[in-house]
Amino acid sequence: MLLMRVMSCVMNPSTPAAIEVEALVKTYGEIEAVRGVSLTVAPGEIFGFLGPNGAGKSTTINMLCTLARPTSGTARVSGFDVTRERDDVRRHIGLVFQDPTLDGYLTAEQNLRFHAELYGIDAGAVPARMRQMLEMVDLWDRRDQKVHTYSGGMRRRLEIARGLMHSPRVLFLDEPTIGLDPQTRSAIWRYIRALQEAEGTTIFMTTHYMEEAEFCDRVAIMDRGEIVVLDTPEALKASVGADRVVLGTVDDETAMAALRDRFGIDATVAEGAVTFHVASGEAFVPRLFAELGVGITSVTVSRPTMDDVFMCYTGSTIRDAETASPAERNRAMARVVVKAGR
Amino acid sequence: MSATIAEVTAVRVPERSWRSEVRALRVVWRRDLIRFADDPRMILTWLLQPLLFLFVLGPGLQSLSAGSTDGVDLTTFMFPGILCMALVYSAIFSAASLVWDRELGFMREMMVAPVSRWSIVAGKCLGGTTIAGTQGVIVLALAGVVHVPYDPILLFGILGLELLIAFTVTAFGVMVATGIKRAQTFTSVVQLFVFPMIFLSGALYPVSGLPTWLRVLNRSNPLTYAVDPMRRLVFEHLDISDAARRRLAPGVTWWGWRVPSLVEVGIVLALGLAMLAVAIFQFKRTE
Repeated sequence: MLLMRVMSCVMNPSTPAAIEVEALVKTYGEIEAVRGVSLTVAPGEIFGFLGPNGAGKSTTINMLCTLARPTSGTARVSGFDVTRERDDVRRHIGLVFQDPTLDGYLTAEQNLRFHAELYGIDAGAVPARMRQMLEMVDLWDRRDQKVHTYSGGMRRRLEIARGLMHSPRVLFLDEPTIGLDPQTRSAIWRYIRALQEAEGTTIFMTTHYMEEAEFCDRVAIMDRGEIVVLDTPEALKASVGADRVVLGTVDDETAMAALRDRFGIDATVAEGAVTFHVASGEAFVPRLFAELGVGITSVTVSRPTMDDVFMCYTGSTIRDAETASPAERNRAMARVVVKAGR
Repeated sequence: MSATIAEVTAVRVPERSWRSEVRALRVVWRRDLIRFADDPRMILTWLLQPLLFLFVLGPGLQSLSAGSTDGVDLTTFMFPGILCMALVYSAIFSAASLVWDRELGFMREMMVAPVSRWSIVAGKCLGGTTIAGTQGVIVLALAGVVHVPYDPILLFGILGLELLIAFTVTAFGVMVATGIKRAQTFTSVVQLFVFPMIFLSGALYPVSGLPTWLRVLNRSNPLTYAVDPMRRLVFEHLDISDAARRRLAPGVTWWGWRVPSLVEVGIVLALGLAMLAVAIFQFKRTE
């Protein structure tokens, strides 16, 4: 069904894609933050954007929402060009950033009113719309309190309510659930779905939580400034195919050598355990015990998850990516420095 | 649980027009006022310094200067200068809110909105002008205490000058704020400029008979041209001897030519507009 939506936008130019990106590049001096990204997001789609830190996700989002100018390439959001028709893009998008952008000295209601005025929303519709959005995120009862008294989760919910105040066609969410407790995270997903149903809003989000990537219609994984793969979560998991075996051994080095020599399997060490993929994990375990010749302390066999997909395409788990190699960290740092220097 | 939306009032964001720009400008302005009115302690802090100068420093120095002021109370002499000082402080510090907005992230909310950068900066300037102007009115209300008469022409004249100074200094503050990334830097830049500007402006002493180096610095200080018309206006309405008037409010001269108040006002206004333009330009560039 989603495929049909994507197809219909490709076939029928009169219904423009929500987001259309073509060979988008952004360089900061020597650093190539984004190196030729192309993608199309259909109206009403929930699109997940994954990748390790410093992969270029935030830079891409910043270009799509007119906060950074592309070095080359084109991007259209809701049918408008992000460099030539910035104001039209801005009218049609909502944003929820990783970092807070609320005024803590105003109340929730004052924050939303500020937003409504800034976007020129018809004054007659503002009270109703504000109430609906605040009720959706369960903050209607606390609308008169100053935002600096809010907890982190409440603030994020208010940011979402505000981002939706002006009925945006596309809502960009940069790590909307990072640092939140599981209840708030699932609540935020409920809002996102409710809104998508009610107004057909397209959602473009980045996330660090692999289990959340499963909720997306399609997922793109970005690494080192490029999209390495883009598909539905099901298709991505199927593409990884094999089961994952995680092995605890008394000697990881010898075990890896033995796997290579005796079974022809290339294993890696991820999160401190020997990890590899085989076609049918359960059937492989007895052979492993019989023939490996290295003491095994534990075995886990699992069906592929989005974590495996991430690992397969970026060569690291998302947690390993957090504590990335010095080179990668330097890249991320350089990006921060460039940002601050601008 | 909620999170199902029973009914949704769909709204739309209109295309940019002068009406939407005015609304944006007004809400940026109103936000500054709401925050100002919400924080009475801040208002008091800003008032404290000018009041200290007026009621502590003035009477304290009175005994030293009694012979040289031709019978005019030192606090009366200092009043217009102190008024300017109060305006400078509150205007600069309301402009600082722009730096805080950047540091605390709120700036992004304004940056991604479909409005011109012009409206945002102008709204900020208007906010600072209103806040500083309000402070000025509070200080002005104390005129009687320092023997300045409550003459309607005088009061309206001062009010007009106050708004002008408040606007120009806010524009200066906003200009500095748009060129700066960190709140801490802003504070040091302000310390670096504002104190010398106040001391060099003649807010606290007459501007005639100065040593050459000080006269040059005084005449090239924009604040001089804000303080002088204010003082002239006050002294025109005081019941004092001509000698005292000549001595205490000699007026700013360029190579012996006494600069008319209207020219001084023009200088301050032109500077304010120029700095506003620079602020908008810088603000556009920082995107």
